[in-house]
Amino acid sequence: MIRRFFLPAVTLLTAVVFIGRLISLQLLNSSYKLLSDGNAVIENSIYPERGYIYDRNQKLLVSNQPVYDLMAIPENIAVFDTLEFSKILGASKAELKEKIKLARTFSVKLPSIIVGKISRERNAVIQEKIWKYPGFFLQKNSVRNYPISLASNLLGYVSEVTKNDMKKDNYYHLGELIGRQGIEEYYEHFLRGKKGKKFYQKDRFNRIIGSYEDGKYDVPMEGAQNLYLTIDRELQQYGEELFQNKRGGIVAIEPKTGEVLSLVSAPSYDPSILIGRKRSENYRKLALDTLAKPLFDRSLQAQYAPGSPFKSLNALIALQEGVIDKETSFSCQKGHFYARGMFMGCHCRPGTNNNLRSAIYRSCNTYFANVYRRIVDRAGENIEDGMNIWNEHLKSFGLGNYLGYDLPVGKKGFVPDADYYNHWYKKGGWKSATVVSNAIGQGELLTTPIQMANFTAAIANRGYFIQPHFLKAISTDSLKKVYEKKETSIDSIHFETVIDGMYQVVERGTARIAQIKGIEVCGKTGTVENFMKIEGVKTQMTDHSIFIAFAPKDDPKIAIAVYVENGYWGARWAAPIASLMIEKHLTGNVKRKWLEDRMLNGSLIAEYEKPYSGKPFVINE
Amino acid sequence: MSKSVFFRLDWLLLLVYLALVTFGIVNVYSATFSETSEGLFDLTQAVGKQFFFLIFSLFIGIIILSVNSKFFEQFASLGYFISLLLLLGLFVFGNTVSGATSWYNIGGISFQPSELAKVATALMIASLLSKFQSDIQTPRTLFKIGAYVLFPFFLIVLQPDPGSALVFGAFFFPLFREGLNYSYLIIFLSVLSLFFITLSFPFGVVVGIIILLIFLLYFIFKKLNPKIKIWPFLFFLMISIGFSFSVDYIFDNVFQQRHRDRINIVLGKEVDIQGVGYNINQSKIAIGSGGLKGKGFLEGTQTKGDFVPEQHTDYIFSTIGEEWGFRGGFFLIFLFCLLILRIILQAEKQINKFRRIYSYGIAGLIFIHFFINIGMSLGMVPTIGIPLPFVSYGGSSILAFSIMIFIHLNFDANRLNDW
Repeated sequence: MIRRFFLPAVTLLTAVVFIGRLISLQLLNSSYKLLSDGNAVIENSIYPERGYIYDRNQKLLVSNQPVYDLMAIPENIAVFDTLEFSKILGASKAELKEKIKLARTFSVKLPSIIVGKISRERNAVIQEKIWKYPGFFLQKNSVRNYPISLASNLLGYVSEVTKNDMKKDNYYHLGELIGRQGIEEYYEHFLRGKKGKKFYQKDRFNRIIGSYEDGKYDVPMEGAQNLYLTIDRELQQYGEELFQNKRGGIVAIEPKTGEVLSLVSAPSYDPSILIGRKRSENYRKLALDTLAKPLFDRSLQAQYAPGSPFKSLNALIALQEGVIDKETSFSCQKGHFYARGMFMGCHCRPGTNNNLRSAIYRSCNTYFANVYRRIVDRAGENIEDGMNIWNEHLKSFGLGNYLGYDLPVGKKGFVPDADYYNHWYKKGGWKSATVVSNAIGQGELLTTPIQMANFTAAIANRGYFIQPHFLKAISTDSLKKVYEKKETSIDSIHFETVIDGMYQVVERGTARIAQIKGIEVCGKTGTVENFMKIEGVKTQMTDHSIFIAFAPKDDPKIAIAVYVENGYWGARWAAPIASLMIEKHLTGNVKRKWLEDRMLNGSLIAEYEKPYSGKPFVINE
Repeated sequence: MSKSVFFRLDWLLLLVYLALVTFGIVNVYSATFSETSEGLFDLTQAVGKQFFFLIFSLFIGIIILSVNSKFFEQFASLGYFISLLLLLGLFVFGNTVSGATSWYNIGGISFQPSELAKVATALMIASLLSKFQSDIQTPRTLFKIGAYVLFPFFLIVLQPDPGSALVFGAFFFPLFREGLNYSYLIIFLSVLSLFFITLSFPFGVVVGIIILLIFLLYFIFKKLNPKIKIWPFLFFLMISIGFSFSVDYIFDNVFQQRHRDRINIVLGKEVDIQGVGYNINQSKIAIGSGGLKGKGFLEGTQTKGDFVPEQHTDYIFSTIGEEWGFRGGFFLIFLFCLLILRIILQAEKQINKFRRIYSYGIAGLIFIHFFINIGMSLGMVPTIGIPLPFVSYGGSSILAFSIMIFIHLNFDANRLNDW
């Protein structure tokens, strides 16, 4: 019997064992499914093309150009000839090894960029030979393309994510790009869109042999947005040209909307040097230039004393507080003693009797010293109260704090209050005479050019401003941001006198050079003393030339602030530049070629080199 | 003799056979599928060749069915002789593929005589044993049979294709059925288990295990039969230890590294899944990822990605497991069981000794292929490169196994006639 049933029994036993094995492999153990997926499925990220950036008139500022990235999935890399491969790639062997090591620490299963931004020509060579190197593949990518070199600091740039970026936001993988500085950083989410995933079926040589399950698991990428900035390309370009060989900034705002028409910071750099293989080298050069500081956005980050333009604000505060009226007058003797032995000079002829209007167009220091002392002494119950009232008024103009605009950098500036002086002079240790420098925009006050332009816009609007901003629209129209009017603490009736004074500045005052035929320009010059430390010694430098203006007087279309570092008096550089910008913006072309030429050709390089010459030098010459 | 053989055919067995070959074609198609596949009639494609051989096999099958059963008994010696000649001829005219000279190449179509040698040997053994004067108990007969099995065995080993040679062990089953002494079964099983014990444990431990087992056996037998002597056990002990030692020796010195690797993987001693364990691991992944329902025809990612080497031939079961899931694997195992058991059942009914031994022989052959091939795909048996009958890609294989089945069908249909 055993003989007869031996083979049948063995057969059945085998079948039972096999089925048992099948049950354990196929039904009870789910890890094989994962293993098989890991084997056969390759996950690639697909990136939407980064959004373009246009100006307010749909003119292109930033677009893209194709490059190729060499990617690798570390666990799939086989032993290969590193020397040969590095030759093909045009990278050093050490660099290649280092990158692979880095990729491995990031993830052995996910692709990382090994060599980025490979040109089209080299891509063709690599494409042919890449089959020899399992685990590597090429991925088309794009880098920024700049049709014209413009507004580098405003636009920002794009570069590879760092370890830190990846830690902060796990959206990013090694070798991916992220916007840095300016618009690129602030609107990163709009510009980059959202990457998608594509799953491919691969064979055992990691060759892609088709999409996995007909793309059932693919995650579509979400389209990147094109941005339409408030910037006017023509005006921006013009401003940058006017600023060649000078340092400083221009901020031009459309008062009714708060839209920033141009934001010039000089010196600047060509944004196209920050793309491609030489990016880091060029970036280092820019970052190490501690003298010209091309990466420092002066229009947003530089804090200067506001100077004489600030007199307009003091006038407004005094009117609002009722400590003067528009006919209040003070006489000036080429200046005045504001305390025993303390004289504040002025450009007025001896015996000049100024009312508010003439004080503005003559920029009379004496007048505003008196006005400021009245504010501090009389506006409140005591001097501290008066100081704080003054402080509050200024804050309503957006001074002393961030403006909240849509760029990642900025400075608060500074507006002192009673506590500040109590700290320095002890309580009761200071009087209005002590802080009188504030009257003429010197002293402790600090403002950034964009803050200056903003309060100019508030004056132009007769009492309110709209948060300055840079984004006008995005491509899908989904941007529904409404910027509210921010009322200043000054009643609108008080503005006309001050505006009339500012009009007279241009008509007959310190900035007659800013006159434009057929346009009523209101402005205020400034000449700001400044100091720098040279070998530890505080040294006075040539004054900064500044100017604020808006035009046309009755229906302001542009409010502008111009700072020219070490440009000496306001009407010398800043006023002409502001005037040309206004003319350009309002009329479209500039008729005053002689002025334009003077500004374009004028250079302050010699001035900037003085402190580094090692020789004694003369300022304000 | 009644009208036609076709009325006496076992249609169930034929149906199982057709189901297996169809399932085979489907899976070979999937395992070799590429976007450029032309389909069944493209002779440059694996599946086209397979289909051609299948049609050819069916044609041969019809001829076989219509031949008088006695022919095969008379033809056995000649057939065996021819197949030996073909095997010998390989040393002169053979074509070498991946190290083994196992093929004739005739006009672009490869032919593997070792496949045909299986059926020829089955006929030969049956013929020998059914001879009037043969007695399986006598050493003379045993020696003769052994020699007839070992001739093709060694010729195939020399190709070298030890896997194909190993399946000749299948003739143990008909011999045992025909009355081979039980001691051979014990030896057969002891050798097998000693082999694996020796390789699984260090020599010292193995000796300990053997001593323990044999004394245990001795005391059990002593209880049953107090008269039993100790010396046969001691003899057995010596033999076992000697065998174990020689296995170690053979394993380390005679086997090649790849053979050692294959065995070690099954024993779980080496788990280098990128190296030698790759095939088995990938096969297990393919089967395991199939789940209950499988990924569907042409949807197997392991299969499409060519992760499992030799997937259309030796590892065809991994395609089935992956694309048809547990249901497909179960179905296939069920078909094989049905096939083997039905052949055995019909063999037992045979009055003619030659036909009974033949049928039993091919049942054993099919079983050994089934056992080794699927066991290997499931990672339970060392990698031995032999096809899954009727299913794997391979013209010679499908032809040889078809001939086996059709001869059996002929014998079964003519069970009550002309004997």
